Amino acid sequence: MKGLKQRIDKVKPQFEKGGRFSKLHSVFDGFYTFLFTPNETSRSGVHIHDANDSKRTMITVVIALLPCCLFGMWNVGYQHFLAVGESRGFFELFFYGFFAVLPQILTAYIVGLGIEFVVAQIRGHEIQEGFLVSGILIPMICPVDTPCWMLAVAVAFAVIFAKEVFGGTGYNFLNVALVTRAFLFFSYPSKMSGDHVFVKLGSDLAVDGYSGATPLGQLASGDSGAVITGITGQPLSCSDIFFGLYPGSWGETSTFCILLGGAILLLTGIANWRIIVSALLGGFGMAALAHACASPLYPVTYVGPFEQLALGGFLFAVFFMATDPVTACRTNTGKWIYGALIGIVAIVIRCYNTGYPEGAMLSVLLLNCFAPLIDYCVVNANIRRRMKRLTIK
Amino acid sequence: MIKIKKGLDIPLKGAASDRTERLEGCRLFAIVPDDFPGYTWKAVVKPGDRVTAGDPLLTAKEDSLLSLTSPVAGEVKEIHRGQRRHIEYVSVETTSGDPTESREFKGGEYITLLKQSGLYAMMRQRPFDIVPLGDSPRDIFVTAFDTAPLAPAMDTPLVKEYLEAGLEVLATMTTGKVYLSIAAGSGLTSRHAEVNEFDGPHPAGNVGVQIAAIRPVNKGETVWTLTAETAARIGKLIRTGHADYSTRVAITGSGVREPRMEETLIGASIDALLEGNLTESADRLRIISGNVLTGNRVHPGGFLRAPYRQVTVIPEGADADEFMGWASLDPSKYSVKKTFPAFLRGLSKPFDFDARIKGGHRAMIMSGEYDKVFPFDIYPEYLIKAILGRDIEKMEQLGIYEVAPEDFALPEFVDTSKLELQKIVREGLDYLRKETL
Repeated sequence: MKGLKQRIDKVKPQFEKGGRFSKLHSVFDGFYTFLFTPNETSRSGVHIHDANDSKRTMITVVIALLPCCLFGMWNVGYQHFLAVGESRGFFELFFYGFFAVLPQILTAYIVGLGIEFVVAQIRGHEIQEGFLVSGILIPMICPVDTPCWMLAVAVAFAVIFAKEVFGGTGYNFLNVALVTRAFLFFSYPSKMSGDHVFVKLGSDLAVDGYSGATPLGQLASGDSGAVITGITGQPLSCSDIFFGLYPGSWGETSTFCILLGGAILLLTGIANWRIIVSALLGGFGMAALAHACASPLYPVTYVGPFEQLALGGFLFAVFFMATDPVTACRTNTGKWIYGALIGIVAIVIRCYNTGYPEGAMLSVLLLNCFAPLIDYCVVNANIRRRMKRLTIK
Repeated sequence: MIKIKKGLDIPLKGAASDRTERLEGCRLFAIVPDDFPGYTWKAVVKPGDRVTAGDPLLTAKEDSLLSLTSPVAGEVKEIHRGQRRHIEYVSVETTSGDPTESREFKGGEYITLLKQSGLYAMMRQRPFDIVPLGDSPRDIFVTAFDTAPLAPAMDTPLVKEYLEAGLEVLATMTTGKVYLSIAAGSGLTSRHAEVNEFDGPHPAGNVGVQIAAIRPVNKGETVWTLTAETAARIGKLIRTGHADYSTRVAITGSGVREPRMEETLIGASIDALLEGNLTESADRLRIISGNVLTGNRVHPGGFLRAPYRQVTVIPEGADADEFMGWASLDPSKYSVKKTFPAFLRGLSKPFDFDARIKGGHRAMIMSGEYDKVFPFDIYPEYLIKAILGRDIEKMEQLGIYEVAPEDFALPEFVDTSKLELQKIVREGLDYLRKETL
């Protein structure tokens, strides 16, 4: 590695101020720090530092997303071949899905990182790693049939207007991946919901009795009562639901893989357990309440609380979206409130807004907006405590 | 017993053994005025002047009684000035005469004697973490233990003999109480101070944490803080009329061949202290006067800095070329975050740290990191943001009067975004003082 480093060090001056490629300074710096950990030593304050940095944090989240991602690719293949009535081997299913979602992943990364690089160069900053996570999250929460051009437009909108205008990673108040998803949903509703976008059929013809509706879509339409079926009409078992063998945004169907990734986030201390626990409690409580007062007017309320949590994007949103440290509450008390409200609001939207089958995305975005207010109240309680101490004397 | 739950004991390699040596070869000593913030110091000696131990080298522009004194008898060697004629240090070299010859402090009020002997300047006040500005503190807080990485115990013979006398003197200087904070199980008692036992990880030994647990500082109040060593020096000064400038220094860290204790005087030359005891050449090492969290970096030719208790030497690490460090599975990398496999081998075993910051500077991203190692009823992230925004009202409301830069040392260590928190807090305190006084 010494040789490589020497060679790169040799061209380094050309990328610095006054050099031939100084316009590419941020890009060069991004790749340089990717290859070699900066050996900058401390100049003020503490002389030693914890080894964890922003890059490591983001890469840990990406690793935690891998189980969902890999399973999702396989499931895309599985649903496809189920729909066309053919049976294929494990690897064929996986690679069908892999090549189906690869263009989306590449589009998200190229557009998002491209904007990051340009902005970093304009501002004279280092490249920020936040989009490493957003870039993989975005395709995972979209239907597999989302056209790449739509994705590109949505990513560009989200990165510029939800993040860069506020100052970049650390200053945004809305989760970038969810803004992308919301942009897609509200701009191209016909392509983002319904029965035709969650299973990739390609040019093949589906078997008789096929329906591409997601479980929550079926429930919201109220045609099937409380029975959820797979795409060929067979009822879904509990294990099908737990392992995620049903159509949906391709990265978020498997409860098992989400829990696996969530365990990584919790073990490494990257995600905050308070948000996850309170969101699960809030969601479960609200779902149980809705189930207890089930009414034919709102068919989703017939679903039991456990299925509510396991279906759709709820768990994925709780583990990977609600825990985004930048857009969540920063105080511990605030995190309890924030998490619980995300759980409650997500189920409320799901159950009582029949026009929209999934509430997790809107719930997290809504609470993103309220997070600063919740924190403000918590911090103000601390301030009042301090003022009180002053007057007691 | 007060239990401190939040905090972190960083397992740094290179703890000093009990072996104590008397440092004989040191002839050069110096006082660094930057160690005594809050006053403007001007030199009152010229190179070549003869001084005895206890004679003033510098006095405060604001208070001519308040002095920084020579720890040794000899000849003033140099008044070293930096940019804009700022005095960096005043050094004294021992001559053929008796280096222990010292000035006698007798008569007069206690406070005058403390100011003249240089011991007053070793105390600090909250708010602002500076040398005390006024004469009537609400309370006085004395800490008798140090929990910083590899810090030595404060149980020198001087402390054992004169601490009680010092507390007696301090009790006359406040209308409130003198509080002595001791480590759990140390068994110290006092008739002149209220004793509180503390248990828990660093920063339990930080006097700011102790104040917050006993009786926090409010706006408009001032308290004095000092270590048991300074209190004992004060006791000895009043009892005997002579100031004691001796000190026992822990030489620690993985860059030291034989970590041990050295007995010398305050301001001793670093070269003499470390002679023959470094593992490699000094330019590949970082020499810190103090501990790794709050100490000052010193270069060869430098001097032991306040509070004169510890020297830590660690590798600098500037020449390390780490390929894709973000993907590293190296078990020797310490992180409280458990994103590195080191936690599998146990995070309490000693680790070898170098001075690299191990990442890039970012905006504040992660939340709750600071809170885990910050045992105050304060929201550190919000206070830091208020300081960065120079919002005086918010700083006051969020508790800036209760903190010193050292309280932010552990948050700075664990920070994923590698912000320079102690520097931010220092600048905030200075700004607040300038704007409000």
